[in-house]
Amino acid sequence: MSAEIIQSRREWLLSDRPASRLQARLGRAYVTWRRFSANRLALIGLLIIIALLVVAALADVLAPYSPTIGDLKNARLLPPGAAHWFGTDDLGRDIYSRIVYGSRWTLYVVILVAVIAAPIGLLVGTVAGYAGGWTDAILMRITDIFLAFPKLVLALAFVAALGPGIENAVLAIAITSWPPYARIARAETLTVRNSDYIKAVQLMGASPFRIVLRHIMPLCVSSLIVRVTLDMAGIILTAAGLGFLGLGAQPPLPEWGAMIASGRRFILDQWWVAAAPGAAILIVSLGFNLLGDGLRDALDPRSGDQ
Amino acid sequence: MSVAENQAAAGGGSARAVAILSALGRFLVIAVTTYLGLLAVTFFIGRVIPIDPVLAVLGDRAPVAVVERTRREMGLDLPLIEQFYIYVKSALNGDFGTSVLTTNPVMSDIRRVFPATIELATLGTIIGAVIGVPLGVLAAVKRGSLIDQIVRIIGLIGYSVPIFWLGLLGLVLFYAKLQWVAFPARLDVVYEYTFTPITGFYLLDAAMQGQWDVFYDAFRHIILPAALLGYFALAYISRMTRSFMLNELAQEYIVAARAKGLSETRIIWGHALRNAAVPMVTVIALSYASLLEGSVLTETVFSWPGIGLYITNSLQNADMNAVLGGTIIIGSVFIGINLLSDLLYRVLDPRTKAG
Amino acid sequence: MSGDTLLEVDDLRVTFPTRTGLVQAVRGVSFSLGRERLGIVGESGSGKSQTGRAIMGLTPPQAQVSARKLAFDDIDLLSISPRQRRSLRGNRIAMILQDPKYSLDPVMTIGRQIVETLRTHEKVSKAEARERALAMLQAVQIRDPARVFDLYPHEVSGGMGQRAMIAMMLITGPELMIADEPTSALDVTVQLDVLKILDKLVAERGMGLIFISHDLRLVSSFCDRVVVMYAGKVVEQIKASELRDAQHPYTRGLLNCMPRIGFERHPLPVLDRKPEWAA
Ligand SMILES: Nc1ncnc2c1ncn2[C@@H]1O[C@H](COP(=O)(O)OP(=O)(O)OP(=O)(O)O)[C@@H](O)[C@H]1O
Ligand SMILES: [Mg+2]
Repeated sequence: MSAEIIQSRREWLLSDRPASRLQARLGRAYVTWRRFSANRLALIGLLIIIALLVVAALADVLAPYSPTIGDLKNARLLPPGAAHWFGTDDLGRDIYSRIVYGSRWTLYVVILVAVIAAPIGLLVGTVAGYAGGWTDAILMRITDIFLAFPKLVLALAFVAALGPGIENAVLAIAITSWPPYARIARAETLTVRNSDYIKAVQLMGASPFRIVLRHIMPLCVSSLIVRVTLDMAGIILTAAGLGFLGLGAQPPLPEWGAMIASGRRFILDQWWVAAAPGAAILIVSLGFNLLGDGLRDALDPRSGDQ
Repeated sequence: MSVAENQAAAGGGSARAVAILSALGRFLVIAVTTYLGLLAVTFFIGRVIPIDPVLAVLGDRAPVAVVERTRREMGLDLPLIEQFYIYVKSALNGDFGTSVLTTNPVMSDIRRVFPATIELATLGTIIGAVIGVPLGVLAAVKRGSLIDQIVRIIGLIGYSVPIFWLGLLGLVLFYAKLQWVAFPARLDVVYEYTFTPITGFYLLDAAMQGQWDVFYDAFRHIILPAALLGYFALAYISRMTRSFMLNELAQEYIVAARAKGLSETRIIWGHALRNAAVPMVTVIALSYASLLEGSVLTETVFSWPGIGLYITNSLQNADMNAVLGGTIIIGSVFIGINLLSDLLYRVLDPRTKAG
Repeated sequence: MSGDTLLEVDDLRVTFPTRTGLVQAVRGVSFSLGRERLGIVGESGSGKSQTGRAIMGLTPPQAQVSARKLAFDDIDLLSISPRQRRSLRGNRIAMILQDPKYSLDPVMTIGRQIVETLRTHEKVSKAEARERALAMLQAVQIRDPARVFDLYPHEVSGGMGQRAMIAMMLITGPELMIADEPTSALDVTVQLDVLKILDKLVAERGMGLIFISHDLRLVSSFCDRVVVMYAGKVVEQIKASELRDAQHPYTRGLLNCMPRIGFERHPLPVLDRKPEWAA
């Protein structure tokens, strides 16, 4: 591809008179991307998350051993070495392989929580913002009440009642993490509610349900994505905390928090059993935090370095 | 909320008094609904989710007669709303039932373990604020410099690291390898029997009784978990301080202060930080509240006999009364600090005093 | 007036590095000042404030300041240490900023802010500092100094705030005062009051005054001499009394743009700008 073509493509993208909606949209995405990619830390974050996705997808290829079945006889609690990069645990399982497979559970938790909590928040926030009045007051009071709760402790109590398990942990985290999304969605809704655009749609006889669903919700998505990304690290940490307390993923699932818990007994002599999964959590959380910061700065330059 | 606002708007004559009253009314509405919400959620968790709440409270080893009696005592034959009413009433009286594990009333258990948590969280917040505020100020003043980057990375790691894991590594390094700190507990076993606490804050108690050997021992036990919590507070506090300070340093009154010939030190600490201090108080209060919550994991790692460890021990034994009682107490304190920090903000800022 | 020269500015330049290249805010400004009142006028962005701030030493750190000569009372301002510069600031050279609402520290009482200036530069006891601050508040015609002393900036009106600002900057008895649009954030009725106070104090104390404004008429009635700036350069220096005979088309343009009562003009005049003036 010659430099000229690249040049003209850039001009097409940055054109201030886009010929189609697609061109305008691509142009905007391109500008955002340029701002985003100028931020080195954000790029590192993106790379970490891409690596996480790749590792999760290719776990079968990347992991040399089974994540659940170990060599009890010969390979118990081996220190890191050539055969076992991160050593082995008390059941003779290869820790590296368990971490590779564990990435799937991390993604599972993060995605499920996002898929449950974000729509709840979106629904509550847009309905409250669009309806206004008492509906708004009541919905927002409920949101604020949930916002005022200590999330981890509440999630603990939920799981205690629901019974331990990774699905229940996901549910408990989701229940405690939707309120910020509702606040954001409401704020966005309020800014567009009285716009001429929404007025025009109303005049065409669209039902409130349709307006909220088709015209308001899509406008909230970009700020919601930023917030969800920023929350991912917190979700991972909470899930790992629940796993550590024995309330999340149950053995023999190679979930990172639970792996730390099982390594705790040997921490003083065989520190590597707990060290590696913790480092994995740290790196992935860091990745989400960097990515979230970068997205926020790129999508909303005003927020700058706050 | 909007009712109170309307009243404020309608007030003509003594607008000031009305404004204060409406702010107070608003505060009460928020406080009451939030606490009711907390109780509703714990009620839901304790009574609605479990298929058999009695089983959840007593465990499956209880004899049939006890189960029957408990069922009646818990009022499970009444309609839900009435059950909730009774639940709220007894919760307000500090009655959370009896712990299966300790066979004590949950409230008396909590009263016994709570000082340990407060002591830990307080020390953690002090560490976090004493280091975090200057770091944040420095980062803002030397914006873009190496120090700024370092503070940023320290903060980012604080937001990303699992607290229990860092605690375990800390134990390996500072307890096992370097032997700088004592093993996970509140005191050495020797002192557990000779020392009589008064307030339950061991550092304070030891100092009051002049038992400096106990004080030193207690310090060697608390410092690692407190430093750990302090690090998390620091991550949050330094980040917020930096952001508030950047905001203040860009204000025109800073130019005026320079025009007066003040030294940079005086401008930064005497003017910019004084202005940033108002929102900072809220931030520090919020981080204190979140440390109370974070104590659940930290206490587990460090065998710290506070409310966090109490909750997790109860969890392991399916002792729902204790778990929910602990949840309500932590939740109440958390909410209370949230609400108070809001009030404090108003009191501290001279601009809001005029009403 | 060479023996009585307070401030000498020769070829002053202020340059900002920005993402799009260097921005020259001030490009070779020269003038000198005795114990007189000098006005600096020009449209927005012409570099008036940056000139004033460069003299004060308040240029943002990323910017570059250079001059063939920048001397106050024969002290070379560009070669002295930051510490010496600071001891001049607020002491012998003072500055009044545009908007009292933003230029006073919102969480410190007015009295403490005045006392702070004094005690930074002079060794005086707390009680004496208070006395002098109260006297200064009296001098800027605040009727109830003891009460205002303990008020926070948000508790006083704009005019009162600006008087407090003047008091804060004059309490050390500076020899040179730079006033950067000191009244343009105030109501018209209050403007004149504040200006009168400023004028009186300057006359009484024999200070040099640099008065920055874009109101040419105000400047001409208030000052002895006028420097007209355009795009970072001085396009004309002229005695206020001779302003009517100004030669430069830009100055004439500024004069023409001022509305005069009794003359209805159509179309409204538009300020003429030619690139060669800035060259
Ligand atoms: N921090 C900065 N970074 C880059 N450029 C700056 C900065 N501060 C000022 N400038 C530039 O300096 C030029 C002169 O600014 P200055 O504030 O001196 O104008 P002014 O004459 O006081 O205008 P006004 O009447 O609006 O106050 C402006 O064009 C501005 O672009
Ligand atoms: Mg200006």
